[in-house]
Amino acid sequence: MASEGLHEAGELLDAATIDHHRAVTSLCEELEAVDWYDQRVKATDDPTLAAVLAHNRDEEKEHAAMTLEWLRRRDPVLDAHLRTYLFTTDPVTEIEAEAEAAGDDGPAATGSGSLNIGSLKGTE
Amino acid sequence: MDHLQRAHAPISEAGWSAIEDEIRPRLTTYLAARKLVDFEGPSGWSHSATALGRVETVAGPGPALEARRRRVLPLVELRAAFSVDRRQLEDVDRGAPDPDLGGLEEAGRRLALGENSAIFHGYGAGGIAGITESTSHPPMTLPADAGHYPTSVAGAVDVLRQAGIGGPYGLAIAPDLFTDIVERTEHGGYLLFDHLRQILGGPLVWAPGLSGGIVLSLRGGDFVIDCGQDISVGYLDHDADTVRLYLEESFSFRVLEPDAAVTLTAPGKPKK
Repeated sequence: MASEGLHEAGELLDAATIDHHRAVTSLCEELEAVDWYDQRVKATDDPTLAAVLAHNRDEEKEHAAMTLEWLRRRDPVLDAHLRTYLFTTDPVTEIEAEAEAAGDDGPAATGSGSLNIGSLKGTE
Repeated sequence: MDHLQRAHAPISEAGWSAIEDEIRPRLTTYLAARKLVDFEGPSGWSHSATALGRVETVAGPGPALEARRRRVLPLVELRAAFSVDRRQLEDVDRGAPDPDLGGLEEAGRRLALGENSAIFHGYGAGGIAGITESTSHPPMTLPADAGHYPTSVAGAVDVLRQAGIGGPYGLAIAPDLFTDIVERTEHGGYLLFDHLRQILGGPLVWAPGLSGGIVLSLRGGDFVIDCGQDISVGYLDHDADTVRLYLEESFSFRVLEPDAAVTLTAPGKPKK
């Protein structure tokens, strides 16, 4: 069983879709773990335990970032949105307005342009 | 702003999809080298060079100062331009399933063959050393009669094994020689194609842009494409009749283990 979280019958899904689901599920789990660790850090009165939990929490952030990058490389629409919003300083809603003014529907309409071919190793 | 400038093109979402859906399967047919070597990335358009982990000594900037400069392999940008008739794109918006997208296919073929050729045979101007010019083994000549290819391919596989290079192995083969193989039946009706696959333990790859053939290990870690931007469709300009677009990618290629490939040179024309 690839995951308990599939919403459609597994036999109806291709391998890429199931891998995408695995990554999304993993990303959710990592971010949930960040939240749980963060609450425990705030709740404990033992500063040594808080330090360990904070260390663990921050490692989960790294895991989340790695999984998000895996998803970005395979999803041109997600890639376009991340390029629009991440590492900016203007108010987020202003960025959305600028993006929509730049094109009919912003980056999602034109895509990233990549054909997302990537590795073909193992095919004939 | 996106350097591909797609937001400025007079092309609807359906038009972009038609272009991408048309060229993607053709590229996956043509891109033979990617079927045999490792692919790292894409790391984005801003990725400019592959780190080699090497330095070269240079003169220091002052007395009693040692200096070393890091060596890198710059990525090459390949671009193939083409034009599309705007009427055809308008027909796509009307629901036409079979638009004539002009030079798109030929541009894809040019780009893919350029990538294949750079990886298989090298691209001096781009600083890429190809597999055939990097291999440490002397080349083997394919016989004029395709029926004898198994002997050559088995010999090449043996050379790799003797060098301690594990399999599975693959064969990249020029299109004319590939056709000779698939047409051929050996004694007993056994397909030559299947016989070669059994010897290799891996695929036979139709490889436009390659002269002759290459037997190489597919174990991984021996040949690496470092991709900056994977093949993408960008916009140049347009007038009332046509839109000019381009296919573009950036990549470098390294042979990390020269022992892991054997070149098979093309046979002379068989005498009839």
